[in-house]
Amino acid sequence: MSISATLPRPPTDDKRWKIVETTMRRNDFQPDALIESLHSVQQTFGFLDIPSMRWVAAALKVPLSKVYGVATFYHFFTLKPQGKHVCVVCLGTACYIKGGRRLFDEVRNRYAISEGQTTKDGQLSLLVARCIGACGLAPTAVVDGKVLGKRSPTELLSALDEALERKQES
Amino acid sequence: MKPEELTSMMEKARADMQAFDHHINVCTESGCISLQSDLLLKTLGDEVKHRGLTEKVCVKGVGCMGLCCNGPLVKANTTLYQNVKSEHAPAIVDSLSSQPVQELLCDTQQPFFTRQKLIVRENSGRVDPESLIDCIAHGAYQALLKVLTSMTPQQVIQEIADSGLRGRGGAGFPTGLKWATVAKAPGTRKYVICNGDEGDPGAFMDRSMMEGDPHRVLEGMAIAAYAVGAQQGVIYVRAEYPLAVKRLTKAINMAHRHDLIGHNIFGTKFDFNVEIRLGAGAFVCGEETALIASVEGKRGLPRPRPPYPANSGLFGCPTLINNVETYANIAPIINNGAASFAQIGTEKSKGTKIFALTGKIKNTGLIEVPMGIRLKDIIYDIAGGIPDGRAFKAVQTGGPSGGCIPADMLDITVDYESLTKAGSIMGSGGMIVMDETSNMVDVARFFMEFCMTESCGKCVPCRVGTYEMHELLDRIYEKRGTLDDLQLLKDLCGMVKQTSLCGLGQSAPNPVLSTLRYFEHEYLDLINQAQASEADRNAAAKGESIKLEVLS
Amino acid sequence: MTSAVSSGESITLKIDDKDISCRSGETILAVARENNIDIPTLCFMEGLSVWGGCRLCLVEVAGSPKLQAACATVCTEGMNVVTASPRLKEYRKMIVEMLFAERNHVCSVCVSNGHCELQDMAVKLEIDHVRFPYRYPHLQVDNSHDRARMDHNRCILCTRCVRVCAEIEGAHTKDVKGRGVLAAIIHDLDQPWGESETCTSCGKCVNVCPTGALTHRGTAVGEMQKKTDFLPYLTLMRRTES
Repeated sequence: MSISATLPRPPTDDKRWKIVETTMRRNDFQPDALIESLHSVQQTFGFLDIPSMRWVAAALKVPLSKVYGVATFYHFFTLKPQGKHVCVVCLGTACYIKGGRRLFDEVRNRYAISEGQTTKDGQLSLLVARCIGACGLAPTAVVDGKVLGKRSPTELLSALDEALERKQES
Repeated sequence: MKPEELTSMMEKARADMQAFDHHINVCTESGCISLQSDLLLKTLGDEVKHRGLTEKVCVKGVGCMGLCCNGPLVKANTTLYQNVKSEHAPAIVDSLSSQPVQELLCDTQQPFFTRQKLIVRENSGRVDPESLIDCIAHGAYQALLKVLTSMTPQQVIQEIADSGLRGRGGAGFPTGLKWATVAKAPGTRKYVICNGDEGDPGAFMDRSMMEGDPHRVLEGMAIAAYAVGAQQGVIYVRAEYPLAVKRLTKAINMAHRHDLIGHNIFGTKFDFNVEIRLGAGAFVCGEETALIASVEGKRGLPRPRPPYPANSGLFGCPTLINNVETYANIAPIINNGAASFAQIGTEKSKGTKIFALTGKIKNTGLIEVPMGIRLKDIIYDIAGGIPDGRAFKAVQTGGPSGGCIPADMLDITVDYESLTKAGSIMGSGGMIVMDETSNMVDVARFFMEFCMTESCGKCVPCRVGTYEMHELLDRIYEKRGTLDDLQLLKDLCGMVKQTSLCGLGQSAPNPVLSTLRYFEHEYLDLINQAQASEADRNAAAKGESIKLEVLS
Repeated sequence: MTSAVSSGESITLKIDDKDISCRSGETILAVARENNIDIPTLCFMEGLSVWGGCRLCLVEVAGSPKLQAACATVCTEGMNVVTASPRLKEYRKMIVEMLFAERNHVCSVCVSNGHCELQDMAVKLEIDHVRFPYRYPHLQVDNSHDRARMDHNRCILCTRCVRVCAEIEGAHTKDVKGRGVLAAIIHDLDQPWGESETCTSCGKCVNVCPTGALTHRGTAVGEMQKKTDFLPYLTLMRRTES
């Protein structure tokens, strides 16, 4: 690994690295900004790959192994690219009691993907949440960032149909 | 901002509010937004604009009004509407000057509303969380003003101690004592941290607070900082709560712009800055020392205490950690006085508590009730009992660290001591109701699976113990278990509870212990069924072998 | 660091009914060992920071409802400590049994057989069988390094290797990935050890490893013996040189 006093060059020429750099700069490139910086990478690029972790490590002067340790400790971070659309099914207690498992099973069966997987065409990823805090409306799911409360399996599947079609049109 | 300015701002904002003939408040919290209340708010606004009523009718988004299951909720003047959709917008605007829309009416005289006591949530559902002016009109920052201009830090701590407030995050540690310890700790640099990492599945009180009245949380933190001698605050919020993050960020920026936080607040020597740190999905970060590690950008691992964070916390400095609801209690205590707070509740549990009602129950949502209320009153009166004609079986409180309370214990009062005595805990305030269709071994297995995947892996009893307990519960639930497995499970519960490093491991056995205490027959039934089918299989196998012998 | 700076003030306490005096700031573990009272440990190592993860050194302190880790608890005046009650012995047994059930420990084919702290601990605690279901996880052996080998089957996640690498060698090549039972020791960005850019091949991690998880290459069954004298030596030398 290379150590330099100045900010190391981002992994690629992609202009979006500036966004991550801004996050790090706002935190004065302090090592304690590691989680914030990883959030920024994931928000911008969708996941954390090896070159991005290497760059963040060098910029914040944090050991590589520590960056990897942090990235794999927290559920929110993913080291694999996500599908164009993301469906998160909540399996918190309230949702579990109210049939969240059925929502999950229906989506899994229909798209033949299990937790944390993406369909072969890269269109849809299926994730599980440990409670999104909308328990009053259990069972819930989140499709492309939009929370859907009190949904039956059929309703969730049609919401997914809608989301998948929308992207294909645009 | 000078002290007079806050008062004049408040008066002007109140006058502006009164200039409107009508007010329409739409709930714009995550729950109702998931039922498209954001679209509803826009449609209502357009409708008012379209009719040229913008100077007469004030339409605004507000925080949670409690009855989430009937959302989106809309309050038009004093009338509450439920299950409102965008297409109802014209009818609601019509109703302002005539009769209410009958089919949308929500009865505000039902026990769900009348039996609550709103102190912490008094402004939730009334203020626009994205408008500082609106919050100020409803009294925001008055307590901070009072504290900074007329009280010493010691007086503030004494006031909080006198109120009897205890931590709302779960353990119920006396807040005044915690503040006094941090205040006494040597060091010029101190921190106050707000724990907004509401990890208990089934709990969403803190999300609601941060989304619905973020300035109240900031105000509480600022008062705490003044009391303990800190200049820097950190709000640690789950990344799963994007709306809370957005509203808190906005609140901090607005408060900064008006010098309600920052340098020389109200012209005094008190400086206070706040920043937000995002969690990233780790239940263990609800534990103080793990949370601190996470704020420092590390893996969220707990460490042995002492030293306690009050002496050596964030970056080794004295640190005060309270949860969102605790901070939200501060302003009303200062405004109304410790004595009025201490009047509410029981001898050892003062004030009110917010609960998230979920599961197999008619009214799901958020309630704020005085401590000491009977559990039965919450379940049957406020929450309206069990739907679909089914029977109540148990209520789970305290999340993965808590326990299940059965029907014949529903007469207990809701306070820290009696919930602990019943084998559960107050916890952060999740209440999940189960009816007769829930199997308690499955419930225990569900929580153990949660603890197993959330165990940080640092200490052996929690890392391996939660795995082994889950394995044994799985065997029993899948009818493969034996009485020996049950005994081993019991032994493990005791051992993991006693030897784990942090609260996660120490409380992980609780759901098993409490279901064993009240529903051991369900475990035994499954084991008996396992033995019966084992016997059948053996008999069948024996039959097979006899046949073979005959054949050979 | 373990040897917290003692202020030199003398205090007295009782450990297992024995009256003992020590300097304030010293841990229960340090004082017990100075007085030949044995408290078992696996993650603790003199010269490295306190981890508090193995929970074997838990002791009873009169007046405290919770058990305390002797490695992390500082002695106080008048403290009354019990280090080996029947309850503590039972818990310790269970903890070590859990470690055996967690991964794949087969002493008979292990290069550390006979020189293994986990094995010794099982003997000391008189463990004759494991009552918990075994996990039998599928784990890798990292053979990529030209001088050492990492066998995850034998790792107990005590993190001594992580700490010695970060705190003494200063390379921080190793850390832990994941969490819970799925946690594992990694090198840099979870790459094969031999491809690590930061490893100095100093070998400290091999010597502090209590089991056969980290060993020198080319050792046969029972041949691997660890040398840990370097750690107190380095700690002392650093103090005098700085």
